[in-house]
Amino acid sequence: MIKLDNVRKSFDGEEVLHGIDATFEAGKCNLVIGKSGSGKTVLVKCIVGLFKVSAGHIYYNDTDITRASKKEMRSLRQEIGMLFQGGALFDSKTVEENVRFPLDMFTNRSEKEKRMRVDEVLERVNLQGQNLKMPSEISGGMKKRVGIARAIVMNPKYLFCDEPNSGLDPQTSLVIDHLIYEITKEYNITTVVNTHDMNSVMEIGENIIFLHEGCVEWSGNHENVLTSDNRLLEDFIFASSFLKRAKEALVQDK
Amino acid sequence: MSIFTSIGRYMILMSHIFSRPENGRMYYKEVMRQMNAIGVGSIPIVALISFFIGAVTAVQTAFQFVGSFIPPYYVGYVVRDTMLLELSSTITCLVLAGKVGSNLASELGTMRITEQIDALEIMGINTGSFLIGPKVIAAVVTIPLLVVLSAALGILGGYMAVATSNTIKVSEYLRGLHAFFDPYYVTIMLIKALVFGFLLTSISSFYGYYVEGGAYELGKSSTRAVVISSVAILLADYVLAFLLT
Repeated sequence: MIKLDNVRKSFDGEEVLHGIDATFEAGKCNLVIGKSGSGKTVLVKCIVGLFKVSAGHIYYNDTDITRASKKEMRSLRQEIGMLFQGGALFDSKTVEENVRFPLDMFTNRSEKEKRMRVDEVLERVNLQGQNLKMPSEISGGMKKRVGIARAIVMNPKYLFCDEPNSGLDPQTSLVIDHLIYEITKEYNITTVVNTHDMNSVMEIGENIIFLHEGCVEWSGNHENVLTSDNRLLEDFIFASSFLKRAKEALVQDK
Repeated sequence: MSIFTSIGRYMILMSHIFSRPENGRMYYKEVMRQMNAIGVGSIPIVALISFFIGAVTAVQTAFQFVGSFIPPYYVGYVVRDTMLLELSSTITCLVLAGKVGSNLASELGTMRITEQIDALEIMGINTGSFLIGPKVIAAVVTIPLLVVLSAALGILGGYMAVATSNTIKVSEYLRGLHAFFDPYYVTIMLIKALVFGFLLTSISSFYGYYVEGGAYELGKSSTRAVVISSVAILLADYVLAFLLT
């Protein structure tokens, strides 16, 4: 579980996160949604420790990372997996080398054990047999899946996904969403997904916080989204007339 | 960013690159990879430039000396000492500042922009140590070797120029190579190569590591890396000339 307590972040004196309180539960897909510039990426980067918070506390179970020593932070980071927006694969390494990189860096496993683990996670993300391809030789969706494989190869307790569906077609987005959801359940991971993809919200949003101008404007789950009367949330989620009509139809059905 | 902020950030980055690596075996592999890229990969350009610099120095010196009261064997002496004291180290490192410096800045800058450095940091890796440390170590080991090669090829270039022209006799050139030799000049050359190698890799890496923005900023940063490395090499050359001679 990850708990945020009054998290604030400023850049050059300008505050972009204004006291965020939230709880991200284990075994659930926790979504951070909001318009571009609402502070989603800054919040996720604060949670993973890439940005230092200006004030407030971030707890990973009982460990407050805002007060953690470098040593504590380093060992905690080995329990964190992250899928970046563009995949962030090391482009001089093959798919297999990318996935096994954390194993090479932080474990003393034998070559055979590492190869078996890499094959296992590549199979889990449906990329068996792609071991020797370079990142430049695979599609955007495959890059995301390699990113997921690399993120879970060390059996993390926490998984962060920064806009996992950006640049993907709706079908591939769905595949990535389901993969994230299944992995979260399988490994009982605390998953935090930063997205503004409405399909993701409806598919995997078990616990959602909606950010608006650096504040938590609304929180709930994907079912509450349909019935919420929060104007800002409604404007954001049902921005297109097609989605507005879809919502009306769904509400009428219920 | 002000010059003082840049110097401060550079110093902080340098303190990180010499911290203990997370995995010695991976670090060693990376050092070997960088030695190949920086050292072996630069042999052709260094060889070509050094050979012709030596040849041109021999031709120009012979043109000045022949017919004057200066003995002709001084041509070999001048080629040897200018190669050892100045040309092999400074010219080689200025060329490498362009070739290796822009390469390092672009590589690290691209890693920064595409979030590869963030990915390493999330894993708990000290990116300064893992990404920049091997490059600096590879440079301070291989660049002195390249400079030795450069000096040898420069002297060979001078020999070939003399042998294929009617300026002075080859025997005079060879006599000049042996005249007034001070082994300390080789030490000066190696010290310069080591300092210049450190400066060009660390400064270029610094500019790549802290890139912010996109392709435009990356291009600007790569250019700045080459310019600042070259200026630093020239300044260091001046300071070392005072300190070592």
